[in-house]
This record gives sequence, structure tokens and C-alpha cells, in this order.
Amino acid sequence: MTAPTTGPVRLRRPLRAPGATRSNALPAGAWWLWALGLATAASRTTNPLLLGLLVGVAGYVVAARRTDAPWARSYGAFIRIGLFVVGVRLVFAVFLGSPIPGTHTVFTLPEVPLPDWAKGVRIGGRVTAEQLVFALYDGAKLATLLICVGAANSLANPARLLKSLPGALYEAGVAVVVAMTFAPNMVADVVRLRTARRLRGRPTGGIKAVLQIGLPVLEGALERSVAVAASMDARGYGRTAEVPPAVRHTTNVLTLGGLLGVCAGTYGLLAAQGAVYGLPLLIAGLVAAMAGLRLGGARSVRTRYRPDRWGVRAWLVAGSGVAVAVAMIWAGGVDGEALRPGVVPLVAPVLPLWPAAAVLIGLLPAVVAPVPPPVGAPNSKESQ
Amino acid sequence: MIRFEHVSVQYEGTERPTLCGVDLTIPEGELVLLVGPSGVGKSTLLGAVSGLVPHFTGGTLSGRVTVDGRDTRTHKPRELADLVGTVGQDPLSHFVTDTVEDELAYGMESLGLAPDVMRRRVEETLDLLGLAGLRDRPIATLSGGQQQRVAIGSVLTPHPKVLVLDEPTSALDPAAAEEVLAVLQRLVHDLGTTVLMAEHRLERVVQYADQVVLLPSPGAAPVMGAPADIMAVSPVHPPVVALGRLAGWEPLPLSVRDARRRAAGLRERLAQAHPPSPAPACATVLAPLPTAPARRGALARLLGRGAQTTTAAFEPVTDATARVERLGVRRGRVEALRRVTLTVAAGETVALMGRNGAGKSTLLAALVGMVEPTTGSVLVGDRTPHRTQPREMVRRVGLVPQEPRDLLYADTVATECAAADADAGAAAGSCRALVCELLPGVPDDTHPRDLSEGQRLALALAVVLTARPPLLLLDEPTRGLDYAAKARLVGVLRGLAADGHAIVLATHDVELAAELAHRVVILADGETVADGETRQVVVSSPAFAPQTAKILAPQEWLTVTQVRGALGATS
Repeated sequence: MTAPTTGPVRLRRPLRAPGATRSNALPAGAWWLWALGLATAASRTTNPLLLGLLVGVAGYVVAARRTDAPWARSYGAFIRIGLFVVGVRLVFAVFLGSPIPGTHTVFTLPEVPLPDWAKGVRIGGRVTAEQLVFALYDGAKLATLLICVGAANSLANPARLLKSLPGALYEAGVAVVVAMTFAPNMVADVVRLRTARRLRGRPTGGIKAVLQIGLPVLEGALERSVAVAASMDARGYGRTAEVPPAVRHTTNVLTLGGLLGVCAGTYGLLAAQGAVYGLPLLIAGLVAAMAGLRLGGARSVRTRYRPDRWGVRAWLVAGSGVAVAVAMIWAGGVDGEALRPGVVPLVAPVLPLWPAAAVLIGLLPAVVAPVPPPVGAPNSKESQ
Repeated sequence: MIRFEHVSVQYEGTERPTLCGVDLTIPEGELVLLVGPSGVGKSTLLGAVSGLVPHFTGGTLSGRVTVDGRDTRTHKPRELADLVGTVGQDPLSHFVTDTVEDELAYGMESLGLAPDVMRRRVEETLDLLGLAGLRDRPIATLSGGQQQRVAIGSVLTPHPKVLVLDEPTSALDPAAAEEVLAVLQRLVHDLGTTVLMAEHRLERVVQYADQVVLLPSPGAAPVMGAPADIMAVSPVHPPVVALGRLAGWEPLPLSVRDARRRAAGLRERLAQAHPPSPAPACATVLAPLPTAPARRGALARLLGRGAQTTTAAFEPVTDATARVERLGVRRGRVEALRRVTLTVAAGETVALMGRNGAGKSTLLAALVGMVEPTTGSVLVGDRTPHRTQPREMVRRVGLVPQEPRDLLYADTVATECAAADADAGAAAGSCRALVCELLPGVPDDTHPRDLSEGQRLALALAVVLTARPPLLLLDEPTRGLDYAAKARLVGVLRGLAADGHAIVLATHDVELAAELAHRVVILADGETVADGETRQVVVSSPAFAPQTAKILAPQEWLTVTQVRGALGATS
């Protein structure tokens, strides 16, 4: 630090990503926008090369920027779920067939004869390479979507995302957060009770075991929720401010009216004749509902502790995801063939250059997002 | 600050009120300790202060509880949130958010404090409780002591005038408990907070109290007074008080330091006597006698495994010895245990001690076969635990887990016992006979949930003992037990050891270890750092020495019972 620095180095230093702390943490919304951008891009293509590239981009950013927190470990689980989805899609394609015509027979399964009324359904029969490839592409698309969501999940604390809800919905948000912490607790309960079964010399598998463990697990969850509710109540959850009746009534009218407007507007948009009044009604309804929520926030006395701030880095992260999505949508319009490689006839997919380059924009967060402390490193401040 | 006026609380479905005619006034800025045997309504009294009783728990409260002039009948818990901070027994069920900093801010957010005030108070509280280094950590990754400090911090940030704590140190190792108590001490001295706390482990807390409220028995009126006066009559008291009463010291000392000043005379009287040597009763053989233990070779093991699905005959296993050689256990990147070597012989009682997370529970889990060794070997009565069927294993080793309730599934004591007989392949009625012995006077149709903490432990112990395992493991058995229940447990375990059972206890309770253990093994970071006769290991250690040893050092007396015996012999 004290060494004299030359011009370009001094210039570059503020551009380098800082170490992550609470004050420069990226808003959870930025990570979700980025991930949803990638997911949107993935939904626009079945090209396995592009999908692989998307998974690679998401995986690289996760590897570079995830923390050591429990929710950050969910990425591996999402990848496994993704692979499972691909597997299920393939199994269905093999056993139930698919409407894709094909000429390259891989193998033939014995076909189950079905009565006439089930004509559209086929079980077993010929399995062609085209069917398999189509199913593989389709499954890969779904898996990529899931993996993108998993990336957001492991990069951003889900609780923080709920914190950005408007004041009137905050309490519902807290309830969701508490509910989410229950899943890991219940898993821990199941593990504990399974080991306890072993201690009594009973097998830990089988339906009987599940039934016998199930009741105590639910009991434990119930007791814990009562304890958390008591703790939340004792700490002031649900304190409300006195609101003049006029404001209260206005809130009700606005929210209810707004929601009705949204319903009517949506109906109008969907119905054939109503397109004229549909859109304005929908917009008016939305505005009224928003105003209602905002007024409703006045009832809540809560304040926010260190809310996330949208800085340049947050906009860059969110923007890179949006850019990938926009580029892919645009590419779909210009060169749809490359994004959806044909399966009949079978052709090897090629990597379209420009869409691939656009996907790489998604790597931006790995450079601009603040760097979390290395995983497993001893907390240097702890000894103080 | 807190006033109880003729307060009675009765829950629905109970015959008599839990609290009856309580009149109490707790002045501002005092640290008040609430003591009494289990089940006298300590938690109910604490809950009444924060308004959780009756607003949250149900039941009827008659009389009046006021906190700083606010009546809890008209103010719900949330309306008292700025005045009373409550921390329950289990800090984990207290947390609403998932990181330390958010948790500290949560209460203030609910009260609607200004952002800059919140920020300042969070920083102050982080420093006050020594949590600054943990501020960004997810709460789930903290140790027990750290979690307890975060729980206390989270109710401190709104600057309550009253702090209510239910057993804040019961689950903690001695060092972590001192950490928490130092914080409470500081709050009372520096901020003038009124602290009302219930605790079973009086040896840890009684010296810090300004006043003690004693609930002598269920439904009895509370007695409040100076700690020394109350301790002189209290049915629950720490060893230092027991020793003081025995020696007739006046006024009664409450801390080791006070007691040492008066102990010169007692040391002189004890100089002639020698503390009894706690030699394990190795010579005793488990009844019934072994059938053919010598021939348990590879073939017998093979046959045994082949036949285990059909074993209906109940043949007690008698080889109690457990041998752990250079055991290593890894969980992901964490080495939970490293090169641990331990041998337990029949009739021997071994206490495993060490701070939270030192690997005590993992070692017990390895001994019952729930954890597979990464390196090294574990042998229990010639078997490798993790490769043996659970049905076989229960007859060799029994573990009572930290939460005894986990072992109990049935909805009455009788069905529980029947299930235990079936599980163990024992004759019908053997479990019930054990229950009668350990836990006299419990009717057959009681739901295990309605038992007290100590009764539940006894039932779980009976269930485990039904298979007559020669090796018995207990994980943290005295958590939540009062002194009477603890004394009963000590009696039961002594009897089992005398019958030839080998017993391994993982515990933070130094008094229990001193009372019971022949050997103490101290673990730190997964390694054995001390293994030896209780007296040698414990007396020299500031954290693990029992109060009697501290008072009478350099003489090596461990328990009041030993001293009483020696005094009776000399006089």
C-alpha cells in the first residue's frame, strides 16, 4: 500500500472488485435478475452447445463469487436435480415414445397392446435416435433453467430477497423466511430420529420406519414453530401503528378496487372483443393496488436495517443477465435455425458465433461483483 | 421494576395451579436468580414477566403482573417488546433471521427505530458481546456459546430494562458459560439492566446473583432474599453451599473464593484422611455368566451374522470392553476426530469432556456404529460397530442420546416398554421391571411427553438397558436435570458400574464427572489432550475442576460426599 504506484495501476485499483462486506453486498435482486436473464436465454434455445455454455457461465460465476453460507451449498443439489430431469425426460421418451418421426432405429421395445380408445398413447415400441436426441435437447433446456435458478439461490441469500418486499407485505415475507428455515431443521430431525431408531435396534429403512419417524418429526416441527412464534411475538413482530380510519378505508378501497381492476383488465385483454378497455383498466388497477400497498405500509411501524443499495456493480450484474436474454431473443428472431438445431434429419449442432459471444457477457459478475472471503479460510477478525 | 401481585397461573387440564399466590417485587438493576426443583413453575413465572403467559401459552392468570408500570393483562408480548427481552432455553428456536447482524437488528426493526440508531446499537452490541468477528456469519454455523450470546444480543439491542433468561448456560461448556455470565454481569453493572434468570446449574451462577428467589415446591409461595440466606434453606444448592453447610461456615460462602478463605480449618481436619481411590469394580462379572466368550473367533462371528435374522433367543453379551485405536473421522473437510485412542474396561466409568464441538458426540456415535471411521478401528466386544446389524449392536452397546425423547416413539409408557422388549428380544416385562426400578411410581398409561426431563431420561435409559448392553453410553445426561434428579441418576449409574457395565459419559458437568467417573478423557479439536484417573486430570484444570476440589486444593477431594465420609470416619 505504501509503495509508490505508477499511473495505470493507481487507475485500475478502484476498478478491481473489492472484498465483499455487508456494506457493498450486491442486492439479492441483482443476482436474481442476472440468473433469470440467463434462464430466459436458455428457454430460447435447444442448442446443446449454447446450453452447455450457459451452464458453464453460471457455474463459473458461482464458483468465483459464492460464499461459505449454508444456502450457497445448494448449487450442487440443483445440478443433480437438472441431471435427474434429463434422465426422466429420456426414460419417458424411451417408454412412451414421442411424436417425433425418425428413421434411425436404435432398438425396439416390446409394445404393450392398448385398446382402441387409447389410440394416442403408446407404450414401448420403436425407439429412434431422433426421439432420443429431441428428448435430450428438451431435457437439457429444462435442466439449464433449473441450474440458473440454483445459481441465483446460491449467490444471493433468499431471505434478503424477501426483505426487499414493500412494507405492507413484510410480515408475510418474514413468515416465508421462517418457513424456509424449517426445511433444513426437519431434515436434521429426520437424521436424528433415524439414528435413534438404530439405537433401538430397528432397521432404518422401510415404510414402517418412515411412519414411525414421521410423527415425531411433525411434532418437533410444530413445537419449534410455536417456539419461534413466541420468540417473534416477544420481540415485537406485528406491532402496528395507529392509523386514522380515513386512511384505513382508503387503503382497503384502493387495494380491493385495484385487484378487481387487474382481474377485469386481464379478462378484457384475453377476451376477443375487450382489447379496447382491457389495457387501460389493467394499468389503472395495477396503479391502484400499488398505491393501496404503499398506504398499507403506513400501518407498519417497521424500519429497515441496512437495506441493500443498488450501486454501479449491482446494475452491471443485473444488466449483464438482461443483455444475455435480449441478445438471445434477438438472435432467435434473426437466426432461429442455429438456436434450434434440427433433429429430423439428424444434424450435428453448430455453435453460432454471435449468440455464443453474447452468452459470455454473463461472465461479467465474476469480475465486477465483490469477492467473498475464501471458502474455509479462518475468520481473521474472530480472534479479537 | 417487576411486580407480581397475588399471581396464580393454572393451565387447562391440570388439577392444581402451577403458580399460586405469588407476591414478588424485583427492584431495578438487580441480577435475580430464580431457583427451585424441576416442575415448580420457574418457566411459567419467567413467561409471565414477558407476557407470553398467558397470552401465548394459554391458561388463566389471576392477579396482576406489572413491568415498569405496564400491566401484562392489557399489554401483549409485542407491546412489551421494548421493555422486556426474553431468551428461552433453546437459542435455536429464538432466531428469526439467518445472519448474526440481521438477528441483532430484528427487534429494533420491529420497534421502528431510526436506521442510524439501529446501526449504532448493532455496532455497540457486537463489541459488548464480543461478536464483532462473527457479524456476517450464518447463525447455523455458530457454536452453542456463540449462539447463546447472539440470542442475548438480539434482545439487548432495543435496550430493554428487563432481561429474562431461562437456563442460559445449561447447554454450554464451562468456558462458554462463563463467557455468557460475564456478559450478564456487565449488563447489570454498566447498563443497570434488571436480569431475572432461572438456572439449574447453580454452581455456575449463584455467586453473581444479587438476590435469589426460591420456589421450594409446586404451588408454594416464593421466598426472596439474599443469596446466602436462601441457600442456607434451599433444597437445591451447589456443592460449595453443601460443603459450607457441612462445615458449618457462617455466613454461607457462595463462591469458591469465599469458601477457600474459610477452608483452612477444614483442610486441617481432612489432612489425616485420604480421599478414597475410585478403583473401578473390574472384578465383578456381569450376571449371567458368559457362555463361551473365548471362542468368538472369525467363524463364530460369521455364523453369528448369518443367524442374526432369526435370533429369537435372548443371549446377553458379556464382553464389555471397547477398544478405539487411532480413530479418525472426517466429515467433508472437517476432521471431527484425529488419532483418538481409548480403551474402556468392564466396570469402568469414563467421562468425556471438552468444549462444544470437540468431538465427544462423534466418538460416541463411532462407538455405536452410526459413524464410519475414516482411519483407525473401533471394536466393541469383538465387533466392528458400523458393520454390525442394529439388532445385534443393541445387545453390545446402548446410547442414550442428548435428547432422550428421540428414543421414545410410543404414546404410553407401557407400549414403549413392550416395544423395547420386542426390539431387544428380551422376555416380556423386562423393560417394565427396569422402569419400576429406575422410575418408581410412573403409571403405565402416562404419555412420555408428559414426563419431566429426569423421568424421560430414566425411561430412555430403561429402554436402552432392556437389551442388557455391557457398554452404556450417555450423551450430556444432566442437561435440564435438577440436583435431586442428578443424584438419582448418579445412584443408578453407580449401581450399573458395580454390576460390571462399562459406562462412557460425554458431559459438560464437572460435578457429575467428579462424582461418577473413574477416568476422565478430555478432547480438544478432535484429539485426546488428557486421559487419566479423574483426580489427576481434573484437580489441576481450572475449567474442569469441581468446586470441592478448587476449595480444598491442594488436597485432592472431588465431591462433598467424599468429604462427608472422611469427616464421619475421623470424628
